[in-house]
Amino acid sequence: MDVTIKIKRFDPEADQPHSYWEDFSVSVPDNATVLDALIKIREEIDGTLTLRCSCRSAICGSCAVRINGHAGLACKTSLSRAIDEDNCVTVEPAGVMKVIKDLTVDFDLFWDKIREVEPYLQPQGAEPEGEYIASNESMLHLSGVTACIMCGACVSDCTVLEVDPTFLGPAALAKAYRFTADPRDGDREGVSRDRLRNLSEATGMWDCTRCNECVQACPKGVAPMDRIMALREQAVSAGFTNNNGARHTSAFTESVGHSGRLDELRLPIKSVGGITNIGAMLSYAPVGWRALTHGKMPPIRHKNVENVENVRRLFRKLEPDLAGPQIGRNSPFG
Amino acid sequence: MKYAFFPGCVSQGAAPELYPAAMLICERIGIDLEEIPGWTCTGAGVMQEKNQLFGDTLNARNFAKAEQMGLPILTICSTCQGVMSQANKRLTKDPEYLAQINDYLAEEGLEYKGTAEPKHLLWILIEDIGLDKVTELVTRPLAGVRMAPFYGCYIVRPTEALDIEDHPERQTSLETLIETLGATVVDFEGKTRCCGFPILTINEKNSMAMVGKHTSEAKDLGADVMVTPCPLCHLNLDGYQPKASAQLKRSVDLPILHLPQAIGLAMGIPAQELGLQKHIVSTQPLAVKLGSRS
Repeated sequence: MDVTIKIKRFDPEADQPHSYWEDFSVSVPDNATVLDALIKIREEIDGTLTLRCSCRSAICGSCAVRINGHAGLACKTSLSRAIDEDNCVTVEPAGVMKVIKDLTVDFDLFWDKIREVEPYLQPQGAEPEGEYIASNESMLHLSGVTACIMCGACVSDCTVLEVDPTFLGPAALAKAYRFTADPRDGDREGVSRDRLRNLSEATGMWDCTRCNECVQACPKGVAPMDRIMALREQAVSAGFTNNNGARHTSAFTESVGHSGRLDELRLPIKSVGGITNIGAMLSYAPVGWRALTHGKMPPIRHKNVENVENVRRLFRKLEPDLAGPQIGRNSPFG
Repeated sequence: MKYAFFPGCVSQGAAPELYPAAMLICERIGIDLEEIPGWTCTGAGVMQEKNQLFGDTLNARNFAKAEQMGLPILTICSTCQGVMSQANKRLTKDPEYLAQINDYLAEEGLEYKGTAEPKHLLWILIEDIGLDKVTELVTRPLAGVRMAPFYGCYIVRPTEALDIEDHPERQTSLETLIETLGATVVDFEGKTRCCGFPILTINEKNSMAMVGKHTSEAKDLGADVMVTPCPLCHLNLDGYQPKASAQLKRSVDLPILHLPQAIGLAMGIPAQELGLQKHIVSTQPLAVKLGSRS
């Protein structure tokens, strides 16, 4: 088939380096991948086209680029499925990381974050007499995360990293989960308290927006965002709850458990630690005032859904710690 | 056509203009809405990060009620759509899990049989009602209006939960609808990105950076207005735009419409009835532009 590959190019050695689009028309077999076409262009049309690739089998993780605006492995993307009605496909370098030349990006940001989570086992306490024992089940669970091939597709499309390069990001947080979920890591119960404490700080697990870009981009099914959600659950269970993220998820669950719906007036207040957080209250004031004057303040008196007792019964059964004995009485969400 | 209506919390809370606007246009189209009695919040993905079982149980409860009504579910919120779709996948692919949840629901006399197919109004207009019917009702086309689409994460990702494979048209549904209303689509990179709302109370600076980036990008491409099927995106993109704009140190002033409001305008429903005056960023420039057409 005849296709047009639109490639975003960049030459750092040009007189005035800038990104620009260049179209290449190539003829490839119907079952060709995007990488096949890129290699053909480099070999037959323009030898200066720069890209990384190695295994061509979605194992080495070298060829992550943006195809039609979304990150993926060039070697795993079928060209026939990627082209539009005009037989065109766009290929750009991965996002977030600095472009070196054409489709190659600088992975320092990626590796620095992986190093930051100390990606090696850190068992605490006395060493066992024999070997550390880990169940088959726990190792099988971890294999879902160790499937990561470090291609950087998740980092490329992360909506938080796009605006804040200090965020640990999906790859490093998923890597951290690989250790917090390892029964050999952390204390004798397998709880990685130090890691969970550190990851609960700013730039860590609570900064993720849950946008699902990384889940969509990952070519190996690692689902980094799901691992970040699991980290949050572990951190809350381990008692690291003194932050807005943990307060938000608890207050949200409490609001729905008590009344069936979200109390939008009280949720943000509870998330920042209550009305005594003067700084946060002052920062809310202009937004609250604008909402009030435009007739869109959430109701002061939050109503319960019809037959709310059925919801509260489920809340007590499934979330007993949060529901507590005071459900429906004296609660800010009651 | 009749649907079991799932309005979502925000359309009755912090974005109270959405609910009546949706009711108005559905009436014009001939969509009969019967609200699911005693519906609960989907959990918005927030509850799920703490306790997925509780979240899935509440969603199964809503689905079971819709099954009892014998009606398909219509929602007007991208986030509700995504969370319901994800929960429904987990419930329907694992009979043991569904049985466990049905045990909890049994005390209330409810059982989820697994037949619900929650759908956003956006998809229903294209898939069930048909664009021909919508076109017929567009009596005041939004000709000359440059409209930027903003989907909301949960109605575009993950594609597996949203059956995008079977419905590839869903990926461009918002642009399709904008064109049907007679407006010009302003395509921009941010249209499927995150609005930043989920981290508003956690990292406001990043949340504002997202609002600033998307609204200014669309504005710089010549957009008069942005339209979104997600009321949570609307809260951030509209309600927090002044703050985002201050952080960005530039003015943006891009009005943000809920999807039913855009549709309503094209059907000739007065802006006041659609609640446009309730927005934080003034919709007046849009009204002027629309007023000058004829």
